[in-house]
Amino acid sequence: MTIDKAAPASASILVVGGGISGLTTTLEAAETGHEVILVEKNAYLGGRVLQLNQYFPKLCPPTCGLEINFRRIKDNPAIHVQTMTEVVKVEGTPGNYEVTLKTRPRFVNGNCTGCGACNEVCEGEIENELNFGMDRTKAAYLPHPMAFPAQYVISEYISEDDKKKCADACKYDAIDFSMTETTTTVKVASVVWATGWKPYDATRIDNLGFGRHQNIITNMMLERMASSTGPTSGKILRPSDNAAPKSVVFVQCAGSRDENHLPYCSYICCMASLKHATYLRTQYPDCEITIYYIDLRAPGQRYEKFYEQLKKDEKVFFVKGKVAEVSEAQNGGITVVAENALTGEKLRQTADLVVLATGMEPSLASGKPQADLTFNGNGFIVNDFEKGGMFGCGCANKPADVVSSNQNATGMALKAIQTVVGR
Amino acid sequence: MAKKYGVYICTGCGIGDVLNIDELGGVAEDEGHTVKSHECLCGKAGLELLNADVKDGVNTLAILGCSRRVNYDIFKWDNCLVDRASIREQVVWTMSREKYPAKGPEDDDYFVDNIQLAANDYMRMSLARLDKVELPVPFKLENQSNKILIIGGGITGMSAAIDAAKTGADVTIVEKSAKLGGWAAKMRKQTPQCEPYTDLMDPVANTTIAKLGEFSNISVKTNTVVARIAGQPGDFTVTLKTPGQEIPFDVPFPLTPEMKVDADGNELDAEAQTAKYKEYNVGREDILTLDPEGERFGAVVLAAGWRPAELTAEAYPHLSIGDPDVVTNAQFEEMAAAGKVVRPSDGKEAKNVVFIQSPGAGSDRDFEYAGSVTSLVALKQAKYVREDYEDGKAYIFYQHMRTPGFTEEFYKSMQQDNGIFMTKGDIASVTKDGKGFTVEANGTLLGDNLKVKADLVVLAAGMVPATVDDAVINLAYRQGPGFRDNDIFDGYADSNFICFPYETQRTGIYAAGAVRRSLTMEESIEDATGAALKAIQCLESVNRGVAVHPRSGDMTFPDFFFQRCTQCKRCTEECPFGALDDDEKGTPKLNPTRCRRCGTCMGACPERIIGFADYNVDSVGSQVKSIWVPCEDDYYEPPMRILGLICENDALPALDMAAMKKLGVNAEVRFIPVRCLGSVNVVWIKDALSQGMDGVFLLGCKHGDDYQCHFVKGSELADVRMKKIGDALASLALEEERVAQFEIAIDEADKLPEIVNAFVDQVVALGPNPFKGF
Repeated sequence: MTIDKAAPASASILVVGGGISGLTTTLEAAETGHEVILVEKNAYLGGRVLQLNQYFPKLCPPTCGLEINFRRIKDNPAIHVQTMTEVVKVEGTPGNYEVTLKTRPRFVNGNCTGCGACNEVCEGEIENELNFGMDRTKAAYLPHPMAFPAQYVISEYISEDDKKKCADACKYDAIDFSMTETTTTVKVASVVWATGWKPYDATRIDNLGFGRHQNIITNMMLERMASSTGPTSGKILRPSDNAAPKSVVFVQCAGSRDENHLPYCSYICCMASLKHATYLRTQYPDCEITIYYIDLRAPGQRYEKFYEQLKKDEKVFFVKGKVAEVSEAQNGGITVVAENALTGEKLRQTADLVVLATGMEPSLASGKPQADLTFNGNGFIVNDFEKGGMFGCGCANKPADVVSSNQNATGMALKAIQTVVGR
Repeated sequence: MAKKYGVYICTGCGIGDVLNIDELGGVAEDEGHTVKSHECLCGKAGLELLNADVKDGVNTLAILGCSRRVNYDIFKWDNCLVDRASIREQVVWTMSREKYPAKGPEDDDYFVDNIQLAANDYMRMSLARLDKVELPVPFKLENQSNKILIIGGGITGMSAAIDAAKTGADVTIVEKSAKLGGWAAKMRKQTPQCEPYTDLMDPVANTTIAKLGEFSNISVKTNTVVARIAGQPGDFTVTLKTPGQEIPFDVPFPLTPEMKVDADGNELDAEAQTAKYKEYNVGREDILTLDPEGERFGAVVLAAGWRPAELTAEAYPHLSIGDPDVVTNAQFEEMAAAGKVVRPSDGKEAKNVVFIQSPGAGSDRDFEYAGSVTSLVALKQAKYVREDYEDGKAYIFYQHMRTPGFTEEFYKSMQQDNGIFMTKGDIASVTKDGKGFTVEANGTLLGDNLKVKADLVVLAAGMVPATVDDAVINLAYRQGPGFRDNDIFDGYADSNFICFPYETQRTGIYAAGAVRRSLTMEESIEDATGAALKAIQCLESVNRGVAVHPRSGDMTFPDFFFQRCTQCKRCTEECPFGALDDDEKGTPKLNPTRCRRCGTCMGACPERIIGFADYNVDSVGSQVKSIWVPCEDDYYEPPMRILGLICENDALPALDMAAMKKLGVNAEVRFIPVRCLGSVNVVWIKDALSQGMDGVFLLGCKHGDDYQCHFVKGSELADVRMKKIGDALASLALEEERVAQFEIAIDEADKLPEIVNAFVDQVVALGPNPFKGF
């Protein structure tokens, strides 16, 4: 592969987004013998799954598969990766597109050896986006220990003082503050949009108190805390006092299945919360967990078995009911009010930590690219296979779990190839 | 290839500050090599130096610097052997000078500089390896077939055929029944697949069947099943037959473990096993006999689909199963496709229909093999009742309405129909009441003891994958005709990998649709496209002579030195991918395009006759032997020497990350990366111990049902071999505790130093290896 050097002026396929779906489409198409340009808006590949601690139901680390995928990329000269790059517009027709790309400056060039000297001397810090702002990182940083490409990034918000320090510390002439945003164009036959998803903005769900109470967090924040590369080095702690939670409430469908927010089901949140319960129960043998749900969506043999296993845990409780309101109790606790849908009973429960199982919104819901794409009412790409040429892939196309996204993304490689072959 | 060596030491990233580069270079110079060092080998000037040497004819490069996981594209030259010794990550970043001080001016020759010794060893290991490896020459089939066989003519198989044919591939569909379409053609309607998700769709199966006709490169064989698939990707010989026919090329079955032993439980010898195998498979040709009439194919898509689960009164005594008016969803669909919804017992109108999603009786589990499909089908079928009768009423009892993603919208639209009643409910009983039934449920949204009258009761039977009943693919492989380990997945032909759903244990054969998981029609069509891609991709890889996932692009393959083969069959039996078949005598026959290059055969072979061009028993063994084991003649207190054989897929990245975090690892350990723990040959362990090393550990992926091993069985097989190594150690009069295997996940960098350092402590407690110095 080649990274971040001048991309070729043309290729067969452009894949937009280097998360698990985009990686899959890229690799599957390239290993079938087609030239692929992969553009990713972040400084690293891996996307949303790089933020996950483990996959359900195997409870295995996503970096395991990513490592294999990165190695496949390394070994494949037909793949060209450009990070910090987004699509501005796509012109043309299936088989014959001209794509305008915009690349933000990394301020670190290909000389970077990953030695970390800039990071050591840099003093200023920025919000760590990977960890949803739960901690800060230096303005000269490696986004993740497994970051691929394994090269440092310098934030545009770095101070003048730090700029000088970093430049002086780098022995390899790898820091270049003269870099600016660049615009390039490439010609491709097909474009696969694997732009993924973002967690639904929980502050918009007014009754669930996110943003008002520190000890109400989202499922993705919990995921980062549980990760050894996260803000708490793997310990799930209550934000207000960094205490180990003794009781945790999960609020399912926080935004999903709700006409006022996301009308659809976000597919993964039930299984994710079941998985999160395993994280907590492994860390804290006394922790009690209550999951408030509408339906527990653990369909199929494999997911049902995972749920069955968790039901055996005497400290995990399931309540069919929707949480209506939350309030702050003593000592940082959070009181949730819900109605048990079966008994009609109004429940009040106070927990140390409340986790909102927020759903997925397509990344393109806000800010659609200039391209001949069809979106549904919620910002997911609707595919037209008869027309061909451009395709939505993975969670840009529909809410899905990782395994389904990978199936979808593998298929999209063939759809793209059909356009290439047919041109 | 005549090797011309070049040895290059990078002194950047702190390496030059920690190590004595002259001493390190001296190690190679003593072996007669020219050594060059540079402060930044990956920089412009460094690369110029390397490129100039390569231009001058250097073709065998030892590069001591950063991990091979970085700068891979820089340190790469055509037709050159390159070894990257990771002295940055594995030495300088994991061993601190605070803990292991450098030699001072007052120190004598007996001063132990542990960090320098480590780097010196990595230099020796790199040179030792380069001495024993060669450039790979890819394996090419002489006459490759690029045809794709699709097993199953349902919606999945047909979709896969069309998607593959669109790229120009030649495709054959075999369908066991007389007609194409499968279940998809037997439906009245389909659940909606696009906005607004309110109306049922006409089945797409007939349109798809018509579409097949547009492709001259698709041929269809109905009333046909696979008798056997012999050979390997790119060169399968397939025997087809009509269902039920018995022919000589029906696939033979391997002996079961019980058949391989005599009455006393002793394993039969090879000859007796062969005799028994022939008796067991009388009338069937051996797997190695190719059908002269067979048709050649390159890759296979398995789209054999599903059958409805059989629900029995024994399993669900409270549901009145056996009564003609208690039917499964599949039976109901058939009836609805044929006409109006009626009661099977008397043909009378069934206007009140109860759909039961979960068997209840205190559990909130769905029926076996159910999924979101069964929830969606209940919704769809409730709509049939409403279509057929203006005053019809449908009741759906579910424990969890499983309509994920956009299908939620369909569920929501059904909620608008006031003739469809839906509630959570734990079914207590279905009892006959006159000509109809009373269905009683507890824990409903309307409270306990809810009773509903019904003319007809429909149970949400699951979808049992075809692979539960039958191997279907009927592979003429020594390991047997089906996918292995399907029992882990309840018989589904699934891969265990979330990241790599198509990577089953049989190369070139890709499952799609309901045979993999309970999938909707829409999902099955999508899955079919993916499987078609994988089939085409496999053929492309075969054509280029390279491996498929996970070592995609690898040109090496195992080479056998048959003169020394003892026909022990271990390689054939242990290969996770069934790549080897043995003949009557037990001599293995490699099928290179089935091989995934993990090296499990190489690890299994007691005669050490299997190896790859760039990775073999000798190359790793030489690395082990090149490690200098100091003894009391060298130092007053000689340091320990411990060998770590480390899986390159997960454990090695974890080690790199531990290095980046500067988590200290004991400097007396030497790591050698291996392709997979399955490739570890115990001779390396014996070699290490007999040369005086004090301990050996293996570090690899988790095994068990949720295995993370990319080669499925590698870490598990290594574990089995390690457990057996005790005898060998006893013969050397060494303690068992000197050898261990540890599991580590890639994200457990924090744990890695703890594991390694604890093992070192354990070995230190045992004292030095008594063989030291001999």
